[in-house]
Amino acid sequence: MNILAIDTSNYVMGVAVLRDGEVAGEYVTHMKKNHSIRLMPAIDQVMKDTGMKPEELDRIAVAHGPGSYTGVRIGLTTAKTMAWSLGIPVVGVSSLEAAARQGAFFQGYISPFFDARRGLVYTGLYDREMTLVKEERNLLMEDWLQELKESGEQVLFISQDTAVHKERILEVLGDQAVIPAAPYQFARPSLVAAAGADKEPGPLHDLVPNYLRLPEAEAKWLAQQENK
Amino acid sequence: MNEDQYILAIETSCDETAVAVVKNETELITNVVASQIESHKRFGGVVPEIASRHHIEQMTLTLQQALDDSGMTIDDMDAIAVTEGPGLVGALLVGVNAAKSIAFAKQKPLVGVHHIAGHIYANRLEKEFQFPLLALVVSGGHTELVLMREHGSFEIIGETRDDAAGEAYDKVARTLKLPYPGGPHIDRLAHEGEETIEFPRAWLEDGSYDFSFSGLKSAVINRLHKAKQRGEELKAEDVAASFQASVVDVLSTKALRAAEEYGVKQMIVAGGVAANKGLRKALEEKFQNSKAELLIPPLHLCTDNAAMIAAAGAVAFNQGHRSGWDLNANPGLDLERYGARKTGSPS
Ligand SMILES: [Zn+2]
Repeated sequence: MNILAIDTSNYVMGVAVLRDGEVAGEYVTHMKKNHSIRLMPAIDQVMKDTGMKPEELDRIAVAHGPGSYTGVRIGLTTAKTMAWSLGIPVVGVSSLEAAARQGAFFQGYISPFFDARRGLVYTGLYDREMTLVKEERNLLMEDWLQELKESGEQVLFISQDTAVHKERILEVLGDQAVIPAAPYQFARPSLVAAAGADKEPGPLHDLVPNYLRLPEAEAKWLAQQENK
Repeated sequence: MNEDQYILAIETSCDETAVAVVKNETELITNVVASQIESHKRFGGVVPEIASRHHIEQMTLTLQQALDDSGMTIDDMDAIAVTEGPGLVGALLVGVNAAKSIAFAKQKPLVGVHHIAGHIYANRLEKEFQFPLLALVVSGGHTELVLMREHGSFEIIGETRDDAAGEAYDKVARTLKLPYPGGPHIDRLAHEGEETIEFPRAWLEDGSYDFSFSGLKSAVINRLHKAKQRGEELKAEDVAASFQASVVDVLSTKALRAAEEYGVKQMIVAGGVAANKGLRKALEEKFQNSKAELLIPPLHLCTDNAAMIAAAGAVAFNQGHRSGWDLNANPGLDLERYGARKTGSPS
């Protein structure tokens, strides 16, 4: 099976091509630059380098969030529309699971996370089999750390935003926390592809971003409805 | 043209997810518009983040419907056109990336289109252009007089210095507590009322084709406020009629004067406000004895749609314009600069 994988859900942009289960090529950048300008040239490059033609693809895998709303939509629009054009399935992979896969050799639990500003993070808890032990959500890092502390488990943190939270993680969890070096702290696009190969594709039109958060206007509107 | 040419176009600049197919530059094959208006009504206006979320839910469904309606496939298309700007950046991004993906997957040429060029070209689906022509573009975001001497060339001879006409309509409608979107409600009320209040008309300097609607908007709001303080009954119908009279008077007078000065063969009305009955009537009266032929598109081509993007995109494509894989959403895209861009593929 030939898979194209796309991840623009956070500032690391990744594209990978898998040919019959082997990684044929990967393209990853770590700049905070416009994914909309750079994604399609990157896909074009990896496809050319690996000698893969669009019509030879069997499936597209995409990291569908959580992350930057705009970034998630750029990747998902591209993956869905390309799959639709080619008449092939598309599979959405949680951006958190993609990051968690970096820690697949860790004995304890894995907490991938993305900073969501104002003390908030997107996170969830995975085990090494990639089973979701605690559901993905958007919450205060402080609350998350307390929850992990009470569990008493060893936790591996995978995040490109480690620098922002490292100090506090170690303060609260001490020896319970493991924080690897920077090169392990992001989801490689080939891991998105691998996850996409394992999952059963759903109906193409139904694939939507995994935002984990309502738009502000809608949250306010819902609160108003409740007060009525 | 020996063989038939088909352009598939996508438009997502605001709150409509739209896909269309146009044949040989001027023949409309299919025009699908998925509107989000019901969702935005509860907020009293378009919320950009919510618009973007709807676009990504609707995009492939709308594409599929356009193909189903036309009985065609992507392989039948000669090029993919898309609105690259202006508009809401998050909304534009969905259309731009969808268009790039189809073009890449099927190795088809890609053509970025200016939204206002699209509004103008909507008219060509009804009647062939004769140059020079003048277009009065009126919508929620635009009020412009655009002179076209030939295909693909756009000269802005007048534009609003503050609010767009459609914006003024929405704000006055809100003050009158009319539901969103307010424009059509004001138009409807205006026909039931009479021009009993003398609202200002912003003619600006002699010879200027620019517009200004913020003074008028404030005058209406102040008048309503004063009436409320005095306990005076003002009929909403009359306020609407008086406000609309001021807007259409300025628009139609300036349009006629410009049409005469530039000796244009056609006067085209474009954009969402072109659906306004009061404006249509005023222009028809003003242009009765003019040498310029007045063209106003049918309603479904006035509001945002992709047929207009296909019509403008087809001309751009045949003039040799191509966009690269690095095509981006351009929320502030300038019409004149767009018209003056170089042909050929940038990448
Ligand atoms: Zn428009």
